[in-house]
Amino acid sequence: MPMTIDPIHPPILEVTGLTMRFGGILALNDISFAVKCNSISALIGPNGAGKTTVFNCLTGFYKATEGRIALHTPRAAIDLISILGQPFKASDFINPAVFADRLYYKMFGGTHRVTRAGVARTFQNVRLFKEMTAIENLLVAQHLQLNRNLLAGLLRTAAYRQSERDALERAYAWLQVFGLAEDANRLAGELPYGHQRRLEIARAMCTSPRLLCLDEPAAGLNPRETTELSQLIRQLRDEHGVTILLIEHDMSLVMDLSEHIVVLDYGEVIADGDPQTVAHHPAVLAAYLGTEAVNDDESR
Amino acid sequence: MPPLLSLLVGRAVKFCVGRVGASARNLPILLDFSGGGLRYANSPCPSESAELNGSTSLWGRVAAFSYHSPGNLIRMDWHILAQQLVNGLTLGSIYGLIAIGYTMVYGIVGMINFAHGDVYMVSAYLTAICLAVLFSFGIDSLPFALLATLATTMLITAAYGWTIERVAYRPLRSAPRLAPLISAIGMSLVLQNGVQLSQGAKTQGVPSLIPATLRFGEGNDFVQITLVQLMIIVVSLTSMAALTWLIQRTSLGRQCRATQQDRRMAAILGINTDRIISTVFVIGAAMAAIAGVLVTLNYGSFDFYIGFVTGIKAFTAAVLGGIGSLPGAMLGGLILGLSEALFSGMVNTDYKDVFAFSLLVLVLIFRPTGLLGKPEVEKV
Amino acid sequence: MPSTAASPAASEVRWNLVFRQAVLEAAAAFALALLLLGPIVGLVLDGYQVKNELQRPLLIAAIIAVGRFLVTLATHTPAGQAALDRFNARRRQPGVLVVSAAESGRQRWWLLAIIILGLTLPFLASKYWLTVLIQAMIYVLLGLGLNIVVGLAGLLDLGYVAFYAVGAYGLALGAQYLDLGFWSALPLAAMLAALFGGVLGFPVLRMHGDYLAIVTLGFGEIIRLVLNNWLEFTGGPNGVSAPAPQLFGLEFTRTARDGGVPFHEYFQISYDPLHRFVFIYLVLFLIVCLMVVVVTRLRDMPVGRAWEALREDEIACRALGINHVLVKLSAFMMGATVGGIAGVFFATYQGFINPMSFNFFESALIVAIVVLGGLGSTTGVIVAAVVLTILPELLRAFADYRVFAFGALMVLMMIWRPRGLMRPRRRAFEVKGLCP
Repeated sequence: MPMTIDPIHPPILEVTGLTMRFGGILALNDISFAVKCNSISALIGPNGAGKTTVFNCLTGFYKATEGRIALHTPRAAIDLISILGQPFKASDFINPAVFADRLYYKMFGGTHRVTRAGVARTFQNVRLFKEMTAIENLLVAQHLQLNRNLLAGLLRTAAYRQSERDALERAYAWLQVFGLAEDANRLAGELPYGHQRRLEIARAMCTSPRLLCLDEPAAGLNPRETTELSQLIRQLRDEHGVTILLIEHDMSLVMDLSEHIVVLDYGEVIADGDPQTVAHHPAVLAAYLGTEAVNDDESR
Repeated sequence: MPPLLSLLVGRAVKFCVGRVGASARNLPILLDFSGGGLRYANSPCPSESAELNGSTSLWGRVAAFSYHSPGNLIRMDWHILAQQLVNGLTLGSIYGLIAIGYTMVYGIVGMINFAHGDVYMVSAYLTAICLAVLFSFGIDSLPFALLATLATTMLITAAYGWTIERVAYRPLRSAPRLAPLISAIGMSLVLQNGVQLSQGAKTQGVPSLIPATLRFGEGNDFVQITLVQLMIIVVSLTSMAALTWLIQRTSLGRQCRATQQDRRMAAILGINTDRIISTVFVIGAAMAAIAGVLVTLNYGSFDFYIGFVTGIKAFTAAVLGGIGSLPGAMLGGLILGLSEALFSGMVNTDYKDVFAFSLLVLVLIFRPTGLLGKPEVEKV
Repeated sequence: MPSTAASPAASEVRWNLVFRQAVLEAAAAFALALLLLGPIVGLVLDGYQVKNELQRPLLIAAIIAVGRFLVTLATHTPAGQAALDRFNARRRQPGVLVVSAAESGRQRWWLLAIIILGLTLPFLASKYWLTVLIQAMIYVLLGLGLNIVVGLAGLLDLGYVAFYAVGAYGLALGAQYLDLGFWSALPLAAMLAALFGGVLGFPVLRMHGDYLAIVTLGFGEIIRLVLNNWLEFTGGPNGVSAPAPQLFGLEFTRTARDGGVPFHEYFQISYDPLHRFVFIYLVLFLIVCLMVVVVTRLRDMPVGRAWEALREDEIACRALGINHVLVKLSAFMMGATVGGIAGVFFATYQGFINPMSFNFFESALIVAIVVLGGLGSTTGVIVAAVVLTILPELLRAFADYRVFAFGALMVLMMIWRPRGLMRPRRRAFEVKGLCP
């Protein structure tokens, strides 16, 4: 059930016919959905449905077997699959523009390109740089925005020093937004788990993304921390203008926070709409609760 | 060997070869038990351009085939090719036996055992020492001497393997990744230099004890396979089969496989993972010991440095076949041995080590999981 | 463990048990040592026979047994138990310190003292110790270079000696075929080494951990074998000679070539072969100081942070927009350049090079320097390089046992301090007005 494209607010992300095959296993089968700009959307489904696989395809860690993922930036639509570098097809050799494109991305493409296009993510198992301090984690995230000129850095020119100062201020600002200012100079690996999760999101925000993908951000958090996280996510969307797509198992968080939910099961989209529609969708109920419960419900 | 036995063996071989084709009966076969056959047969061929002599039989045509590329860069003659195939199989079996140690240790603890090649070197020295001691006691019977040597060498080499694990690996199980590698390199240096200091730096050897050779062909163009080479191939395959049976069919093997797949879970389920890891090191060392004994009997000479180069090549073989896979180790060994022998026979011998290392680099670049390994999907 | 307030009889029983355990363990150690060392050390091959030297392994096994006995006893004393606890506790510590800017300011005085010492030493030392100092400086340079690859970027390179060889042969062959002098060859050799770094680095970038180690080892061996076998170009095992540096055209020889003026004549002093080494040392020392500054600055730059982040978690780096291929390549090439420069100095100091100096043992030595010094720690690497160069010289009497002792030292150091001598330090950042 594709969403109707609203001309005034175009979708920031359009996934069409996404298919992922691992050898003989079909992990994702013809998935299509769209994420509205400046919305909070959720991707849910039972375990093994393929949610993290979709994330990995979106963020450039897997190269999708078929399909198209389009990220709409103000300037152009970026095909998030081609920038990963694709093998050459016979038809490429006839079309020089396509050939040049393919060659460029084959040599210089990769996951990092997706982030540069404006998609940031967090990981299911927190992947911080554990033996670097919290603030250093954030400085690394700003790698692309810094003055990376070798000579300028070695000679410590004024421009370089200014760039470093700006990065430091930006990092501290983000730490304050996330309430982690006291942890600035502590090793990331030594922080309490809740702080680590927040630090990871802060690190993702430091890359100035347009779309932020959160992979189970509330996993392992107690109810109070979950509420704080919920407020934080809303604050990110409201004040910093970033679109959020999250995978979550915590249904209360999902229902409370998201405006648009896509439900996956066995690698296929079984429901797509706003929370109320999805919550009463028979296929969703069957997937989560089993068909007997649905029949019970219907027979009553 | 008693003449009756040689007659029987000769007749059996003739019978088998006779099955190949009528013209094969014309092929002269020599069963030569005199003289010595412990040469690494790499005889240069007289340079001729490709031509066929007058013979019209199949064997005759095949036997007379020869090819020389321009500038004599690549030379291929039938007898050279066949000889190098034989040599390659022998070499490959040796690499396979040593590769088993590398692949099992890597599979179970995820580290390259740098000292493994030197364990093989120690076993070569032990073979020579054992044989010398036995002969000095006047033991005449060759089979008994060989079996006793094999048993003793395997025992002592296994003890070396066990000690290396206890000293250089076990204390560093939880240390950062580089620490066990450094300590293994240190262990390798200790073994190399220890042997050098005790036994001297010069090449040592054993006399040629098993001169029996099977020779095909006549005159200058012959192919020979010595009994020792045959023994190497047979013993390697047998050991390989026995080990596979051990890993697949016994309880110990199950425990090894479980520990390899998930060490923490195996420990929780009651497997003594420390003991299993020690066992794996010991098995690997024992395989290397077999290789050491066979190599000493075949080539007759060795020094304290053979562990290093052979070790790297055996690791190449393990990676080629797919690290962690037992049949892969043997397959990789055979492929490496054959390509190395063919290269040195057809191109030249000086650069054969460069060839082996280059093969390693190419395999790791284009197929890091090896031929029989499973391609890993990145877990994000 | 029973409390020490127990009755004397109980503690006596305990000591009996400990004693028995110690004896058993010593006996087991003796048996094992005899099994391992008996044949190899005790029966020396002599042609096709063996010589009986069984007293050697017996002695060594006895020493090991006694040692084991004493150690077992010692671990059961309160002092021994405390030492064991400290040892185990250290393993569980995080291992990384965060250092504020104020503390690193204090180190400036130390640095100044070391620099002054370094500049004056050559004039005080004898020729022998001067050569030792030069060797130490060369290893410091090698350690710094490999530290970038292994310590900062976490790429395990076991073939670093290849770049060392490229630099050395760059100077030697450059002098032979292109008539280059020291100063013109230095930047060219550095660039050549960087090029090799790029060429060798590019295919291996997708590999991780131990695979990368073996491939780089393979590369190192390939380069050595090619240098050894390509007689027409490199002279093979016969080696090539390398020129000495000049000071603005003044040579450090007794008489100059082509009617030039030698150094000693220009300054009206008597000829002393030491001058050449003093000059090489001073240039080398300055280059080392420069490199230390460069490496320290690189670590604080975005590229240095990217290297360390790559070492920590490559997947997270990719998710942050960092092109891991280019970052790894830059680390490799930077390390290769430094190695090449070290090679040039090695060639000019020795005056003559051959492929034997560039074997795997050298690579292992440099890796050991980096790991012993503490991965990523510049100070640690310098200390480790100096120690590992000077120590064998102090123990000249045991030169035969050098490699053996080195190997044993590597094993022991890893067991004692797996993270190296110095714990890595991270910088603490402060921003006025924002930091609490």
